[in-house]
Amino acid sequence: MQKAEKMQELRVFAAQIRLETLKTIGSLGFGHVGGSMSVADALAVLYGGVMNIDPKNPRWEDRDWCVMSKGHAGPAMYATLGLKGFYPVEEAYTLNKPHTNFPSHTDRQKTPGVDLTTGSLGQGMSTAVGAALGNKMDGRDSHVFVFVGDGECDEGQVWEAAQFAAHYKLDHLICFVDYNKRQLDGACEDVMSHGKGIGAKFDAFGWNVIDLPDGNDVEAIYDAVQLAYDVKGKPTCIVLNTVKGKGATFAEPSGAHSSQPTPEQWDEAIKASEAAYAAVKAQ
Amino acid sequence: MSFTLIGKHEKDSRAMRDAYVTAVHDLMAKGEPVVHIDCDLEGCSNVGKLAKEFPNNVYNAGIAEANAMGIAAGLTATGKTVFMHSFGPFASRRAFDQAFMSAAYAGLPVHVIGSDPGVCAAFNGGTHMPFEDMALYLSVPDAVVIDPTDYAMLNCLTGKLAASGKFSYTRLVRKGFTTVYADGSDFEIGKGIELRDGKDVAIIASGILVDEALKAEEALKAEGISAKVVDMFTWKPLDEELVKKCAAECGCIVTAENHQVGCGLGSVVANCLVKNAPVPMEMVGVQDRFGQVGPEDFLRKEYNLTADDIVAAAKKAISRK
Repeated sequence: MQKAEKMQELRVFAAQIRLETLKTIGSLGFGHVGGSMSVADALAVLYGGVMNIDPKNPRWEDRDWCVMSKGHAGPAMYATLGLKGFYPVEEAYTLNKPHTNFPSHTDRQKTPGVDLTTGSLGQGMSTAVGAALGNKMDGRDSHVFVFVGDGECDEGQVWEAAQFAAHYKLDHLICFVDYNKRQLDGACEDVMSHGKGIGAKFDAFGWNVIDLPDGNDVEAIYDAVQLAYDVKGKPTCIVLNTVKGKGATFAEPSGAHSSQPTPEQWDEAIKASEAAYAAVKAQ
Repeated sequence: MSFTLIGKHEKDSRAMRDAYVTAVHDLMAKGEPVVHIDCDLEGCSNVGKLAKEFPNNVYNAGIAEANAMGIAAGLTATGKTVFMHSFGPFASRRAFDQAFMSAAYAGLPVHVIGSDPGVCAAFNGGTHMPFEDMALYLSVPDAVVIDPTDYAMLNCLTGKLAASGKFSYTRLVRKGFTTVYADGSDFEIGKGIELRDGKDVAIIASGILVDEALKAEEALKAEGISAKVVDMFTWKPLDEELVKKCAAECGCIVTAENHQVGCGLGSVVANCLVKNAPVPMEMVGVQDRFGQVGPEDFLRKEYNLTADDIVAAAKKAISRK
């Protein structure tokens, strides 16, 4: 497949993930729309064009791993995994309902395809590093991808894990920072600023850092992952400058962490997302 | 379970940590996918030689216990059997959310080892003296929580924990302990041991208090009081049948632990008794206090963790029948 064709496929997949994410959260009526929508493009690249996975064998030993350390983006993971065939995507519409397999935060014991359990912020970074170390011990070529939020980078554990990964030269670990500039209480700059910048911090911890001005551009993300694959002896951090709530009509303007729009607003958002999906497909 | 009681109250010349290291070494030598993660305390756990022999299986996470716990969980997800070690307070308080969520809640059976429990922290003082480490881990659903007694027991249980598939927390007295069992003794997780039979009072103890309980039994016998002594090294899952048997045969119980009684062995035994067979009970252990610095002998007296304290508690329990 030509690259242009592949990128078009990924753009369509990203639009589909956005639509399904909205339908999933919309089935409940409220949830973490903002941080789910901002990572849709990176998830499309990973699951649509990069990762070695087998939806029929989610725990396949030689698979690539993906850890959503910012676990509240669970709905975006559920949409992605469902669309990839780990389960019928409609099953995710049970989100947060009693006895669901699709809880707010990703859970490896509930959802096929979820590699590690997250929710308490910062922890997925360490467990992802542990998985990368385990794969290295066994001589596997598998890559581990981990998503951390910009607000999540307030957690000291992120940096403990970062120094461990660099110390043990875990070059099969790739961390995406979802730098959407907002956390629950407001702008990151106001709540807890990041000194010389999140990328600069990872650089200081001995990582290879790739800063993407548009973290919602699937081609840029795809190219960055290819660059990261070629770097030996150190892990890579890809800073995704994203838009929180991207593609959700009620959430994108405010960049809200969680949303509880009216039924009319849900209808409007889903219609807009369907239209966006159709428009991308028509390109 | 087949054990030989020595119980001569003699100090063991070996370091108890080596019981753990030897057992882990055996597993690694067999090619088992066992990993030891340490937190800049390899010198204290004495895994230096292990690290040299099995460099692919021993990792130092530096002074970063929370991360070490997460690394342990991630490694477990890739099929490894992981032991994570730090001093008791840091293996519990410092890394508890990680132990709870990344490991236990996630169904990843990490084995946490906390060294220098309670008064064994001695010269490191109150900051390093966990009287609450077991309490934290007792609160984890389906966890195995163990206060081992001596070298033979820790050596046996290390292999059993590795094979258990259960998330666990185990205390580790590094040095200076009293031999209770002969080497090669076999123990079963979740099964307490009747070391002495008696009918007037049952003393249920664990860890460094087991030897004190044996001494107390001898002192009581000299006064014509017949005491049963039980080594309840597994606090969770508790051997409820044995607790009920103690109540039925003796009619009163004394617990003895190197830990806060309000959230430890005394509490879990009391829980069991209240539900099944309420009898008078006394608890020897730390009474809602913080730790402090000093030699272990001083601390044992300061916190009333001696055979004399058990004797007094036994008489009080009997008087309440």
